[in-house]
Amino acid sequence: MHVEFTLISLLNGLSYGLLLFMLSSGLTLIFSMMGVLNFAHASFYMIGAYFGYAISNALGFWPALVLAPLAVGLLGALVERYGLRTVHKYGHIPELLFTFGLSYVVVELVQLIWGRAAVPYKIPAALDGPLFTLYTTAFPMYRGFMMLVALVMLVAVYLVLTRTRIGMVIQASLTHPDAAEALGHNVPRVFMLVFGGGCALAGLAGVIGGNAFVTEPAMAGTVGSIIFVVVVVGGMGSLAGALLASVLIGLLQTFAVALDWSLQSLLANFGAQVASDAPYFRLFSITLAELAPILPYLLLVLVLIFRPKGLLGTREG
Amino acid sequence: MTYRDTTYPAMHYTPVNLGRWAVWLSYALILLLAPKLFASGSGLSILSQMGTMMIFALSYNMLLGQGGMLSFGHAVYSGLGAFFAIHAINMASGGSFAIPLSLVPLVGGIAGLCFGMLFGYVTTKRSGTTFSMISLGIVELVFACSLMFPGFFGGEGGVSANRVIGKPLFGISFGPQIEVYYLIAFWLFISTVGMFAIAHTPLGRIANAVRDNPERVEFIGYNTQSVRYLMLILSAFFAGISGGLSAINFEIVSAENVSALRSGAVLLFTFIGGIGFFFGPLLGAVMGVFLTVLLSEFTKAWQLYLGVFFILTVMYAPGGLASILMMLFRVVVHKRLSRILPALAGICVSGLIALTGVVMLIEMLYHLTLESANGTTMMLFGRMVDTALPAQWAICMAVMLVGVIAFLFARTPFALCWGEVNAEIEQLALRSSK
Repeated sequence: MHVEFTLISLLNGLSYGLLLFMLSSGLTLIFSMMGVLNFAHASFYMIGAYFGYAISNALGFWPALVLAPLAVGLLGALVERYGLRTVHKYGHIPELLFTFGLSYVVVELVQLIWGRAAVPYKIPAALDGPLFTLYTTAFPMYRGFMMLVALVMLVAVYLVLTRTRIGMVIQASLTHPDAAEALGHNVPRVFMLVFGGGCALAGLAGVIGGNAFVTEPAMAGTVGSIIFVVVVVGGMGSLAGALLASVLIGLLQTFAVALDWSLQSLLANFGAQVASDAPYFRLFSITLAELAPILPYLLLVLVLIFRPKGLLGTREG
Repeated sequence: MTYRDTTYPAMHYTPVNLGRWAVWLSYALILLLAPKLFASGSGLSILSQMGTMMIFALSYNMLLGQGGMLSFGHAVYSGLGAFFAIHAINMASGGSFAIPLSLVPLVGGIAGLCFGMLFGYVTTKRSGTTFSMISLGIVELVFACSLMFPGFFGGEGGVSANRVIGKPLFGISFGPQIEVYYLIAFWLFISTVGMFAIAHTPLGRIANAVRDNPERVEFIGYNTQSVRYLMLILSAFFAGISGGLSAINFEIVSAENVSALRSGAVLLFTFIGGIGFFFGPLLGAVMGVFLTVLLSEFTKAWQLYLGVFFILTVMYAPGGLASILMMLFRVVVHKRLSRILPALAGICVSGLIALTGVVMLIEMLYHLTLESANGTTMMLFGRMVDTALPAQWAICMAVMLVGVIAFLFARTPFALCWGEVNAEIEQLALRSSK
């Protein structure tokens, strides 16, 4: 394997993994705090991308980078206040069902407003072009920007949670909601804040992910199930676990897509040949690149069998 | 050791439950007579789809309603059952596997059961939210695999078959749709009886307990994980039967059959029907197929309506259609319908007006964004409407606003008298039980 390929794949995987982390961090925060698995989290990612597209058309990319996540966060807070809080009294499964229905409706609404085809959401000119060239491969500047935003966000979330007063209240409400309430904090409002904040993070990921990939109505579905895998593999409710799992899955997928190894080629290394008419020949000829879409789910199954609480999780769900 | 003496042998006196016999008999009659009422070709095809969806929804409710397991991946079992069934049909017509078509659903069922044993071992290790996410992971895994092995899954085009195999027996070749309908109805009846029976076995009862309070079940010595595992295997068996029937009905099975989309649909239908009652999923399946097949012919926005309807059900009627029906039924039985009727009519009429306004607005919006290239006029409730005219939008807005305001006014009196009547009925029930 070439050094060039390894380094570029490492960087690409890392940037994809960090984008996944921007999504899964909000999901994990919401889950560990409210016990609600927000099925519509990827829908907020999609809304972020579309808002980013609409606002950058009107005002430019940089205002969109700030305004779109705020708008998505506000939307999330409204959903929590007028939707989730109503079903909260029925338990966790109705909450999950509510967000599931929401994801259904959001896709339809997005199609209603922006149409069924992908929208031309372009990378801003200032960030278009190569950042540096490794050997012969150019690394795009926008990928670097994505990593930068994700890292800044990571540090910001960490600082807010550990160094500010509101972060302390959030942490207290996370572990001891009754005690926090008894001390005079408005725990439902903290919930609303966390839900809105988590959605804003997803929206931010949408604004910078939407033009790196494709902004289309199917984008929520493609990333949605991956971030659930991230949350389970990392350990339910563990932020550090979410970071580890995001980067792991990002790297796994980026490397696998580029490799055409198969059992056949592995056996060929030892001088064995598989006849093309042998039974289950298909199993031998599948390449790692073809397997790439299912690798996260295989990882999920393996983790559940061998380490049910997730990589860095502390409790079993 | 003396406490044993104080327990008495249980009384074994079970009168013939006439009501239950009547219900099952009328269920069978409805299944028999339905094709007489909807004899047209499309009517029969919709009835057949409803039949398979009813088995699927009932099997799903074994997990969600009875076991408290919210699965996002139930289509895995019905879809894989369908694939095995369609290969069985093809092998039977090729002569390498002798099986009559009427038993092909059983092939699907057994395939579902085997995959239930395989995947269920992983998924049922956890409960609650984690179970849901793992089931989603499994369905994505199977869906991605289905595109990877075109030999078995037929790739993008799927696997097709001809269901007319062998010589007709008693003149039944299963070529005409009506014969397929009766095959589906037969399996539906058998499966319904089977699932109803399972719900009343000790396993079914302990599954309810696992749903409500797993900790206490652990304390009385049951392994909650194996209870969930067994329920999932049984449920996968019936899902496989429904998959086999849908393979016979459509004569084609594609990757869409094992998708998360299909799994989501059965979740929507089952919940809308009502997970608290055994017959809820039946209602949900009828309603769901009706919405998907008929509504999709009239409007492009049907998925939006389905989603909004689902959210409203989750928020305001978590018991689904079945619980609404049963509560109304209880009021009728206690002869108090006349007291709530005016208020009920009030919210129904105002709700209908609001709904009309909303539907008109949504339809016009859909037309404007998705089809305005073909002109701005459209048919709306039998009238030509120009979506470019602001006046038209104002009219729809006005209709909606009138409906919403009237609904808000009608809501409070209804809630009052509804609560009053139900409190009285509960008082009566308490008094008679003393």
